[in-house]
Amino acid sequence: MMVFINLYLIPALALGSIYALGAVGISMIYGILRFSHFAHGDVMTIGAYGTFSAVWAFGLHPLLALPFGIALAVAIALLADRAFYRPLRKLPTIYAVIASFGVALMIRSLVQLIWGPQNQVFQVGARMPLVFFDSLRISSLHLQAFGITLGLAAALQWFLSRTRTGRSMRAVSDDPDLASVAGLDPERVIRWTWIIGASLAATAGVLAGMDTQIHANMGWNLLLAMFASALLGGIGKPMGAVAGGFLIGLAEELSTYPWIGTESLVSPSYKSAVAFVIMVLVLLFRPQGLMRGRLL
Amino acid sequence: MSDGQALLEIRGLTAGYGGAAVIESIDMDVAPNEVRIIVGPNGAGKSTLLKSVLSMTTRLAGTIRFKGQDITGLPTPALVPLGIAAVPQTRNVFPTLSVAENLDVGTYAAPRADPRRMLERVYELFPDLKAKRKQAAGELSGGQRQMVALGRALMSDPALLLLDEPTAGLSPVYLERIFDLILNIRQTGVTVVMVEQNARQALRIADIGTVLVGGRHYISGHGQALLANDDVRRSFLGGGVAA
Repeated sequence: MMVFINLYLIPALALGSIYALGAVGISMIYGILRFSHFAHGDVMTIGAYGTFSAVWAFGLHPLLALPFGIALAVAIALLADRAFYRPLRKLPTIYAVIASFGVALMIRSLVQLIWGPQNQVFQVGARMPLVFFDSLRISSLHLQAFGITLGLAAALQWFLSRTRTGRSMRAVSDDPDLASVAGLDPERVIRWTWIIGASLAATAGVLAGMDTQIHANMGWNLLLAMFASALLGGIGKPMGAVAGGFLIGLAEELSTYPWIGTESLVSPSYKSAVAFVIMVLVLLFRPQGLMRGRLL
Repeated sequence: MSDGQALLEIRGLTAGYGGAAVIESIDMDVAPNEVRIIVGPNGAGKSTLLKSVLSMTTRLAGTIRFKGQDITGLPTPALVPLGIAAVPQTRNVFPTLSVAENLDVGTYAAPRADPRRMLERVYELFPDLKAKRKQAAGELSGGQRQMVALGRALMSDPALLLLDEPTAGLSPVYLERIFDLILNIRQTGVTVVMVEQNARQALRIADIGTVLVGGRHYISGHGQALLANDDVRRSFLGGGVAA
């Protein structure tokens, strides 16, 4: 039982946190800009590297250096929007989807150019898990990831339901034409979507990097699971994406538990296939997702 | 009416979608505090005329002035701060937003509007909405949605309200209510330009009715006069006998 909690359930929630933070951005960007942002994983990566530089330049803890990573990720996202997505705004959204593939490759190359192709770590040395009740062993990082994600999700929920900007974002997501008739400036809403999406992605990138290490492909490798999370939650539903992230994280980790006999049910090297299977099943049987989001 | 006092002046407006004109050479002056009803057969370009005022069509020629200011080709969102509010025919509420949030969104682009006072006024006009203020607008009936849409538009404290067939698909009970409301709204100093399918009933509340046919201006006149006009009655109001 303790093995299950310590080695499967807790890591699953930590992994789910990372997926959740990334999926919120993907879901919101789809809701408002109407396209699948394939560069979202790489925005995560650049956020992690921006934080990494601040960690080594100022000797800060990664979470304290996070604002630098967020600033860099937001700047890159706004720049990509201005240079590539905005000129394509009036065209069918498939153009923006393809452009986002290009942006993804550009960001990744930029990362390799600046920081090199080798893996990096935020902190050197082993970290001891916190021990509760003698047998519950939780890495403080996993606890932080979970807490940060729940906190940010609550803050986002408050922002979307209580502030003018948040309500404007939901209005544009509901109906951009009507929002325009009501006098809402779509470009302002789009700007805020990038700011929020990139900030959460950078946070996810840092959490992922703290858990293992950072490398140029880290975000890209997480992209499929994040898309599956956004889809499972219901596209355009940020809180659905959070729930979807946790569910996908749980499904991936728990699929490797030895449910039958002593062998992992699914070999850990195949666990990312679990997200893919869930994504296909959602598309086939419940394309609107758990929270009745938009159809792709 | 003289040009100087018109709230909305349309001159030689030719517009449509893509390169094709749907309305041609339309001239129209709407005086302050007027209720103007635009009627005409299907495909006459009534909605296109409204959408052209909102810069939602391709304009091929002509100008539009509001309060004497040239607003031709201004982006749609820029019209709300000037005092123009509109209710599209369909998809006119934000379905996942609550009734209260729909109304609130109506004030965002209107710096002059005092949200609390406007909300009081809207709840006075639509008492039903107050009880449903926490409900998602998408869950309401068609008639209630129309109320939310009208309320949202009024929240910006507009000088000019453009309505595209506000009674489409509504029961006769709601139809009467909407027409009553429009007269109420006019009482508060708002000018109303409305496209309407139910021409007979609508022309009764119109100060001026405008008949469009085939994208062109056919005739304008006092609502009652149009209703009494045999030619208009026979050709555009269906049947020869006044109801």
